Amino acid sequence: MKNRASPRKSAPRSAATPRKPSPRELIFGGLWDYDPAPETADPRIDSRYGLFIGGRFVPPRHNKYFASISPGSERQLSEVAEAGSEDVDAAYRAARRALAGEWGRMAAAERGKVLFRIARLLQDRSREFAVAESLDGGKPIRESRDFDVPLAAAHFFYHAGWADKLDLLAPGCAARPCGVVGQVIPWNFPLLMLAWKLAPALAAGNTVVLKPAETTPLTALKFCSILQEAELPPGVVNMVTGAGATGATVVAHPLASKIAFTGSTGVGKAILRQLAGSGKKLTLELGGKAANIVFEDAPMDQAVEGIINGIFFNQGHVCCAGSRLLVQESIAPEMILRLKRRISTLRVGDPLDKNTDIGAINSKAQLAKIRRLVAAGVAEGAKLHQPSCRLPQRGFYFPPTLFSGVEQSHRIAREEIFGPVLSVLTFRTPEEAIEKANNTTYGLSAGVWTQKGSRILLMASRLKAGVVWANTYNKFDPSAPFGGYKESGFGREGGRQGLLEYCHLQPMP
Amino acid sequence: MKSRYGTVDAVGVSERVAKFAMRSIKGVSKTWGLRKVVSMMDLTTLEGKDTPGKVAALCRKAITPHVEMDLPHVAAACVYPAMVTYARTCLTGSPVRVASVATAFPAGQSPWRLRIEEVRRALAQGADEIDMVINRGAFLCGEGGRVQEEIATVAEVCGSATLKVILEVSELETLDNIRAASFLAMEVLRPGDFIKTSTGKTSSNATLETHQVMIEAIRDYFLATGVPVGMKPAGGIRTAKQSLQFLVAVKETLGDAWLVPTRYRFGASSLLNDVLRQLEKERVGAYPASYGFSESESAY
Repeated sequence: MKNRASPRKSAPRSAATPRKPSPRELIFGGLWDYDPAPETADPRIDSRYGLFIGGRFVPPRHNKYFASISPGSERQLSEVAEAGSEDVDAAYRAARRALAGEWGRMAAAERGKVLFRIARLLQDRSREFAVAESLDGGKPIRESRDFDVPLAAAHFFYHAGWADKLDLLAPGCAARPCGVVGQVIPWNFPLLMLAWKLAPALAAGNTVVLKPAETTPLTALKFCSILQEAELPPGVVNMVTGAGATGATVVAHPLASKIAFTGSTGVGKAILRQLAGSGKKLTLELGGKAANIVFEDAPMDQAVEGIINGIFFNQGHVCCAGSRLLVQESIAPEMILRLKRRISTLRVGDPLDKNTDIGAINSKAQLAKIRRLVAAGVAEGAKLHQPSCRLPQRGFYFPPTLFSGVEQSHRIAREEIFGPVLSVLTFRTPEEAIEKANNTTYGLSAGVWTQKGSRILLMASRLKAGVVWANTYNKFDPSAPFGGYKESGFGREGGRQGLLEYCHLQPMP
Repeated sequence: MKSRYGTVDAVGVSERVAKFAMRSIKGVSKTWGLRKVVSMMDLTTLEGKDTPGKVAALCRKAITPHVEMDLPHVAAACVYPAMVTYARTCLTGSPVRVASVATAFPAGQSPWRLRIEEVRRALAQGADEIDMVINRGAFLCGEGGRVQEEIATVAEVCGSATLKVILEVSELETLDNIRAASFLAMEVLRPGDFIKTSTGKTSSNATLETHQVMIEAIRDYFLATGVPVGMKPAGGIRTAKQSLQFLVAVKETLGDAWLVPTRYRFGASSLLNDVLRQLEKERVGAYPASYGFSESESAY
């Protein structure tokens, strides 16, 4: 516990004796503060939401509701229905009826038009959805505005194009829908994960029962009005809200012919056990502990940006976050200095402020988990670095955090923290980098930073990760399949491969 | 030469600067920023049709950017060597400095003796600051040492005058070249001298990308040696909004110590009027009429 003291505790400053920066240090002070610049679009959140079953909102059978709060302010935003097993059953029966009804008979091109309409309506209401997403989940408005909402719309556009071209998916085979699909999505990218799940399922002609995460259900519930406006037939998409118990019911329901889950590895394993022998198709997108590997010839400033983006994007609530920095020993001290300087300029605060770089931690429980793992890192002897930034009084916030002197065996190097915490390790040779990067139970993503093209290709072929980014990080596209190795799950989302997961293939004579 | 100073990835730089352009600068911070921009301006006229009268008007505007607004004077008036004597007459007794381009601006393709002689003449006629161009021909054919020697000699001739070294980034083309040229210059500059993006006479001028590479070079050089070199983007910065984006990049890359006219300048001619227009809007609450401020580059 010798390194327990944080920089703020170890260097108490009084107003009378301000610490003078060394002549060679840069000053990131308050000479020119930015005024608050909150995004003011109306998020249009109802005070209470029922369950979306059969094309309309209905109250839950047992009339139970739970509060959805904003992690940025801890204020209640709405009340959301808790779906019991009867409600989930009603949702599945509505989905089966829809499969046999208008939706199942609809020409593929018409199905595509519905998806195009959904995509355009989401674009039309993008600011409203961005504000709702930031309020409900805590992510900075810059990210919900420029990443989550546009990319969600892009997924619908991309899959709309596929709807009448399914015969091209697997030459020689007809692609048929699986049937009714049960989907459970996480809280880190609520609307985007909804799009990743719904768009391919609908393009392939399935019907859906979807459960949003209990801390972030609002954009999914708002999305129901887009489905109505796009004239998606009733029952094609049903949304049941609730916590883990509701999710377990969705996964277990006998009418489901396929389950798609994105979330923690622990729950993923439980689902895998539960579904064994059931004949249901399954895709799992689980955790990660990605290695971001920086070689000594890398462009330093851009590598710094990539590392910062890789770990602090969405407060680190990203399954493919570059949470393990593997930096070549020859440049490690220099890299750590640069990272420390860079995190001191990150702006932590109100998610709705357009100048915020790091918003609120999604929930109190997640904040507690981050604190626990950071304490474990300190206790195991890693060196903690945090900038002395002021955090808002209310809401769940955690400063950007960097650990140097981390060993492979440390918990902060092995366990997914899912927060703004970067563990820095070093390596000496490419072979050692590969060995360390692959020495994890996960395998979702990795990053490589080098000027040498041949080394990029070598690393990409040797790293056991679903996606390897070279000289960039966190780049997504609807056409690029995304998914993991090992305990990061199986199956792919996005692209042709992702669409195949929602189809049964029948050989054509 | 390039690997010695490190490399730059162009895609990464574009992503970095896009974030600066996204900062929302409103209210008090906007006014503060724009007043700062005024005080950092090298108000410039570099035209074949420059006359003593035009230079005099420019100098009056430099001292008093707007008669009704309580504004700082600009940092300097920047003119061709032949106009230095008129600018000196107008600005003597004022805190506005006289800056002159020299060394056969903009191409620099004159014999070395003539280029250095031009610097001496401009200084003799009263220039406080010299904006020189580097020898891009020498740089691109691999003679970095010659480029550096020439800069060192001009710096020596400058004496107590401030030197600004124009890299002409559009002709160096790659960001790796720009970083290397920045270091070549800084290694022979004195604290308080500047590196500068462009002449304003080629097809592309200061961009947030090229600016970023240069201020990161300034930062790295300062952290390594303790020598603070100034920065001057020039050409192509025409709107108040653009100027604030450059200033945001400086604040978040070099920090507070560079938010002063002794370490940061804008080389611009038409920018000042747009800044004044925005300041007037902040002051009065509404945009002034379109004829209130000229958008012409040559109207002062």
